[in-house]
Amino acid sequence: MDMMVSSPTPPKSYLVDPPGLRSWLLTRDHKRIGLMFLAVISASLALGATFALLIRTELTFPGPTIVSTGHIYNRLFTLHGTIMIFLFIIPSMPASLGNFVLPLMLGAKDVAFPRLNLASLYLYVGGLIFFLLVLVLGGVDTGWTFYAPYSTSTAAPVVLAVVGVFILGFSSIFTGINFLVTIHTMRPPGMGWFRMPLFLWALYGTAIIQVLATPILAITLLLLAVERTVGIGIFDPALGGDPILFQHFFWFYSHPAVYIMILPAMGIVTEVICVFSRKHIFGYKFIAYSSLAIALIGFLVWGHHMFVSGQSPLVGMIFSALTFAVAIPSAIKVFNWLATMYKGSIGLAPPMCFSLMFIALFGIGGLTGLFLGSLVTNVHVHDTAFVVAHFHYTMAGGALMGFLAGLYYWWPKMTGRMYNLAQGQISAVLIFVGFNFTYFPQFIVGSRGMPRRYFDYTRLLDTHPEFTFYQILSTAGGFLFVGGLVMVAFVLLRSLFVGRKAPANPWGAATLEWQCSSPPPHENPPAPANVGDCYVFDDFCFDESAQGYVKVP
Amino acid sequence: MNPPKHESGGDEGSSPYLAHHFESPQQQYDSAKLGMWIFLVTEVLFFGGLFCAYGVYRANHPAVFADGQHFLDTRLGALNTAILIFSSLTMALAVRSAQLDQKLSLTGWLAITLFCGLAFLGVKFVEYHGKWEHQLVPGQARLTYWFGSGPERGTSHQDSITPGKEFRPDEVHIQEKLADAGYPSLGERELAYRVNNIRSFVGIYFMLTGLHALHVIIGIGIIAWLLIRAIRGHIESRNFTPVDLVGLYWHLVDLIWIFLFPLLYLIH
Repeated sequence: MDMMVSSPTPPKSYLVDPPGLRSWLLTRDHKRIGLMFLAVISASLALGATFALLIRTELTFPGPTIVSTGHIYNRLFTLHGTIMIFLFIIPSMPASLGNFVLPLMLGAKDVAFPRLNLASLYLYVGGLIFFLLVLVLGGVDTGWTFYAPYSTSTAAPVVLAVVGVFILGFSSIFTGINFLVTIHTMRPPGMGWFRMPLFLWALYGTAIIQVLATPILAITLLLLAVERTVGIGIFDPALGGDPILFQHFFWFYSHPAVYIMILPAMGIVTEVICVFSRKHIFGYKFIAYSSLAIALIGFLVWGHHMFVSGQSPLVGMIFSALTFAVAIPSAIKVFNWLATMYKGSIGLAPPMCFSLMFIALFGIGGLTGLFLGSLVTNVHVHDTAFVVAHFHYTMAGGALMGFLAGLYYWWPKMTGRMYNLAQGQISAVLIFVGFNFTYFPQFIVGSRGMPRRYFDYTRLLDTHPEFTFYQILSTAGGFLFVGGLVMVAFVLLRSLFVGRKAPANPWGAATLEWQCSSPPPHENPPAPANVGDCYVFDDFCFDESAQGYVKVP
Repeated sequence: MNPPKHESGGDEGSSPYLAHHFESPQQQYDSAKLGMWIFLVTEVLFFGGLFCAYGVYRANHPAVFADGQHFLDTRLGALNTAILIFSSLTMALAVRSAQLDQKLSLTGWLAITLFCGLAFLGVKFVEYHGKWEHQLVPGQARLTYWFGSGPERGTSHQDSITPGKEFRPDEVHIQEKLADAGYPSLGERELAYRVNNIRSFVGIYFMLTGLHALHVIIGIGIIAWLLIRAIRGHIESRNFTPVDLVGLYWHLVDLIWIFLFPLLYLIH
């Protein structure tokens, strides 16, 4: 490596300072914890995607394709759902990317409670181990929702899975507490609430939900485990319990939880769209407040999962109306992004590609959510593939795309290496095409009556012979989609070996994390005395010699 | 003594007790306090789920509570309430002693608080033991099978099947208690109906008081840790935050009991 003689030795990066495996495993550095989270979370994504492909392969043709009975299929979709939700999406953006970026964006030396942060990582690993145990023991067949009374009577190791989710919940709560406190007390002087990067507003809203909703899941699952083991008569109707109470408890967590999944993705998209449009964010305060509005209204809509559970029509109408209300702040964000891009100088680097995909796919996911939120159409498409398609357009098309956008965006900062941009763009195209082929046909078959969680649809073919065609399309799309994900891994991992060294600021962003070297030194650089507007890009010019942007006074 | 470094916490956090990632003692103190309060919010919500279940059952199945409450001893509950309220006072005094650098009284107050916690558990044990004696614990057959020893644990293959979740309390005891409550003699069906009510009641009772007792045990653990540090002289006015935070936690545990006591023991 040739280095100019005159330049002072740059500080060693956090990746090698301090050295040694032990220093990594016991680190309290948020950057290392974030990177380790990224590694284990990506492994979970791979595991969840494997189950997804098994599900898709089974559904390709009517009748048993690769699994012989519905019992095995039940285990496949349960493992896919629980792994993807509890082990991948919920921790994906806050714990990995958020952990890495949040203190750097604030110019803080670390999060407020570094030891708690490390504990959060190890709790996550503990939860993962429980899931692997469940996997070894043959899996759980309840669906990711663990509905009673089936979950209190099935022979599958439900308690083990529930304990795993319980532990993961603690991990999530610890991350949330850390982020709330860090944002409250560790902003640099001069960075008021409305000078913060909007990603931090998104993480703040996420943390509120993590802290307020996760304890409800914890008590619900604890009660479920006790009901299953000793029978206290709370959820099991045979013992005098109330299974609908379980559904209320479960969705009181699990609906806000989808905003834990989507809010950080919205934050990432906000950052990326400004930077790659070279334009100031449109409607800063609206985006900031809409994050909070989503976090708060998100708590009031859980009943829309239970329209056919027998709850009263009045309650159904109220939940339906509130569900429409929560669409408003989401739409505010989308319109603000579009207005930000308007007359911008748009560059289509991979982070921007994934952000644009987010807008398109989340748009479809959000709009189809209105069909599900309105009472009459909900009854028609309830428990059909339509719901599956809607959910995946918001969660895979929304949260996963946001995660990938953030991953491509901060990868040079995290690893100090640039990946091949063209390959990144190809992976985006593969994913976009594959994604739509996977899930769009499911809207069609779902609205025509294909139920979810069926592994054999032979008997539906009498009235709907076209289902096989759509299912084949969906499976082919699924393989293309996962192929795109494999390509993302290939592009990023390849950059570690052959990528050129990343400049401090490859995208010309104005937030603080880009103003230090890539990768950052062990000790985070302090915030400048005068923190300016983090969405003004005029001061940044591309410097050929550095192959990145530098600030010009 | 150093001059106070910030308004809310005296000289808490001044050198050498300022962690590397904080700018000032004030920032460190504020962060610790806020973090603890947020944690307590999660605790409130955690118990909130159970209180909600209590409310749902109370509203939908009043008979569950009308029958169940005759099996709780109000005097023991009141005794425990007094013990916990007193321990909250001693905990608050311990925080004050730590702030004022009074090491001897800090040790004393912490020791009394610790003792109160243990006394609470002792009374709770007496109550639980009574329930166990009359087979009023849900899943008692299973618990005996899993954790017990002796003849209940089957040795032959036929006996090794896990017992079911039947709830079969001591009928004589049930009839005595219900007779005291004004139901002199009950037919077989009537009795079976009431036994089912009692199952739901003791289910909620054991979950609420059991989780609360678990929190008391955790509290005793961390108070014991503080006590050891106090005896060794490691706690002073510049690092009293742990005492302060444990105090907040202990007050919350106390507060939850203050809600539990009337809801379970008093309201009829």
